[in-house]
Amino acid sequence: MYNANKVIPGIIIFILFFTIPIWLNFGRLEAIPKPELPKKEKKCIESKEYMRAYHMKLLDDWRKKAIRENKYIYTASDGKKYFISLQRTCFKCHNDTEKFCDKCHNFVITHPDCWDCHIAPEVAKKWQ
Amino acid sequence: MIEKALVGSKKYWFWVLFLLTIIFIGFVCYLYQFKIGLGITGMSRDVSWGFYIANFTFLVGVAAGAVMIVLPYYWHNHKVYGKITILGEFLAVAAVTMCILFVLVDLGQPMRVLNVIRFPTPNSIMFYDVIVLNVYLLLNLICGWTVLHAEYKGTKYPSWLKPIIYLAIVWAPSIHIVTAFLYQGLPGRHFWLTAVMAPRFLASAFSAGPALVIIAALLLKKVANFDPGEKAIDSLAKTVAYAFIANVLLFIFELFTAFYSGIHSHQAPIKYLFVGLEGHAEWVPFMWAATILAIVGILLLVIPQTRKNETTLVIASIAVFISCWIDKGIGLITGGYTPTPFETITSYRPTLPEIGITLGVWATGFLIMTILYKIVLEVRASTELVVKYEGIVYKK
Amino acid sequence: MAIKRRDFLKLTGLTLVGTAASAAVGDLLTRGEAKAEEEYASPPEALKGKRWAMVIDVKKCKKGKEKGCNEKCIEACHYLHNVPSIPDKKKEIKWIWEDEFEHAFPEQTNEYLEEIFKDIPFLFLCNHCDNPPCVRVCPTKATFKNEEGIVMMDFHRCIGCRFCMAACPYGARSFNWVDPRPYIEKVNPEYPTRTKGVVEKCLFCYERLAKGKMPACVEACPEKALIFGDLADENSEVSKILRERVAIRRKAELGTGPAVFYLID
Repeated sequence: MYNANKVIPGIIIFILFFTIPIWLNFGRLEAIPKPELPKKEKKCIESKEYMRAYHMKLLDDWRKKAIRENKYIYTASDGKKYFISLQRTCFKCHNDTEKFCDKCHNFVITHPDCWDCHIAPEVAKKWQ
Repeated sequence: MIEKALVGSKKYWFWVLFLLTIIFIGFVCYLYQFKIGLGITGMSRDVSWGFYIANFTFLVGVAAGAVMIVLPYYWHNHKVYGKITILGEFLAVAAVTMCILFVLVDLGQPMRVLNVIRFPTPNSIMFYDVIVLNVYLLLNLICGWTVLHAEYKGTKYPSWLKPIIYLAIVWAPSIHIVTAFLYQGLPGRHFWLTAVMAPRFLASAFSAGPALVIIAALLLKKVANFDPGEKAIDSLAKTVAYAFIANVLLFIFELFTAFYSGIHSHQAPIKYLFVGLEGHAEWVPFMWAATILAIVGILLLVIPQTRKNETTLVIASIAVFISCWIDKGIGLITGGYTPTPFETITSYRPTLPEIGITLGVWATGFLIMTILYKIVLEVRASTELVVKYEGIVYKK
Repeated sequence: MAIKRRDFLKLTGLTLVGTAASAAVGDLLTRGEAKAEEEYASPPEALKGKRWAMVIDVKKCKKGKEKGCNEKCIEACHYLHNVPSIPDKKKEIKWIWEDEFEHAFPEQTNEYLEEIFKDIPFLFLCNHCDNPPCVRVCPTKATFKNEEGIVMMDFHRCIGCRFCMAACPYGARSFNWVDPRPYIEKVNPEYPTRTKGVVEKCLFCYERLAKGKMPACVEACPEKALIFGDLADENSEVSKILRERVAIRRKAELGTGPAVFYLID
């Protein structure tokens, strides 16, 4: 191999650089997030597992149905009906995004820009 | 071949460094815009497109204009263009790249740009513009690079390239017609709502594009011992002359329609641009500068002695280039937005960061052009060994 | 094993295509998890229309103004929809606003008409055209016409190219040049704000219609100068009024088919 003394260290540096997240988060496993669940309501719109896996999908479908197809009522698997609105429905129970949404989002270092537009309840309180 | 761009004289590196500095400044300005929003520009609710889209429109023309060299060479076997054809193709590459960058920096939500592809919308001209521009970039890259690579190896370009070259030639006008359609199909924008918009765009493209090739070729002749051929330059100068006269004529037709018909709404933008309207005259000096440059350009190009003289030809080309830039860039955009739908006037002036970003994009284009032209010149000049096959060295 | 450059490139290409394909298939699979169509419906209390339209009685509007209505319609709309009040005129955002006759109908102006309409306020808002140029030019369908005739905005999809602003002959659209939040004093927690870099405009209160309520401006007007209804319904109030009285529309000659009518008799 030509230039092995340059190529091999180069590859090592490359691999180290692209695995930075692994090294930086090493040993952080005990810090599994515990989002604060609403107190008054025990059950979300769908099952806990479904919500955990597909809440973003559900919200996206909600938007498409409500805004683009004029359908504002969602019927959950248990037959209960909900008015489609993040601020007027979800926030009735989840009234603190910092204690709920951000807990997991921060843990997986994902930063959805929902709160750029949708007014989180705690923000609304401070604003008034 | 790319390694040819990595070695060069001090002058070359100084120029590259200079461009990189401007790109850096532009990039910093863009980061600022990315953070704050397009509010850092001079654009407003009433003049919602500005400097970025003006430069975009003009550069689409420069890109399309390159076809005026490629077409005679491949279709009419106009041999004198042999040496500069590739300059035309690579100019198109640089210009289209700038176009794409200008559209990107103009977006309010640049992170969502792929929505154009995720939700294809065939009724939007913008959708077609995205397609034609990207395909044109690809076509020119493939054609230019393959031809140059063949030259590098001392062979003729492969036969599969021929249809692609022809496609690129047919494609070139399409990018500018589609760009004109962005404007000319909008109701209520009197300055844009005209069927000669597309022909005007083409005429200005076929003058500004070749004008830039003349400037570049003669500059390369001076700094890099590149000989484009006297006949090629003269042919090109004639192309610029005819196309530019057509461009000016088409504009005069617009003036006739607006003023002989007496329709106020058609006159208002022209009045605003050339004499000012209701106390607003932001762009009057620019429009008159464009007019004077156009006259100078035409005179120098029409008189055979000045057309054949390299110095005056370069002056003429620069005059044509700048004149087109003012007329089809900033004049077209501000004229379209003035007066507003309420028949009021909102002035527009680009801000410093806006100009910084614009310069950054231009510098990026020039850097791409520099690197590509450098490779061309080095390949042309090289006599070094080309292929080493089973121990035998084949030279050019 | 020595790999030739050509083979390496081929392999890379194949890998890329494979990755893209599996991503696409994966997307299809997760789509299967989505809820079926029947899960979504329209609320029973929603106001239903096929061609929503608004009629503005400009003389009543003038009367209201003389009585000191303080532009309640504008205030109600801008509060409910978290429309910011940006002091810089050039960057301002407005969904409904007031202007003069000669700005509303520049092609109709003559000195007598200007005299007649001198003190009469004209309310401007999105015309929710039958044939909207803004919808025609939008490259992402972020603005579109819904089944009830409302020209909608999908703020999540807007890329901020502002082609719609160039296309709108009524200047009805505003762009968020900067983050609007610092310019919103009183916030309505029931409705989102917008983010920087998207276009916005009046949406005929689609969110209130879904709850069975009239648009905010119509409800707020003490003089009942704004009348809202379905043009497709012959017996609606708007249809009846338009049959009886003289109404004009802004720039109707452009073929856009505006749905906002101004009663001028």
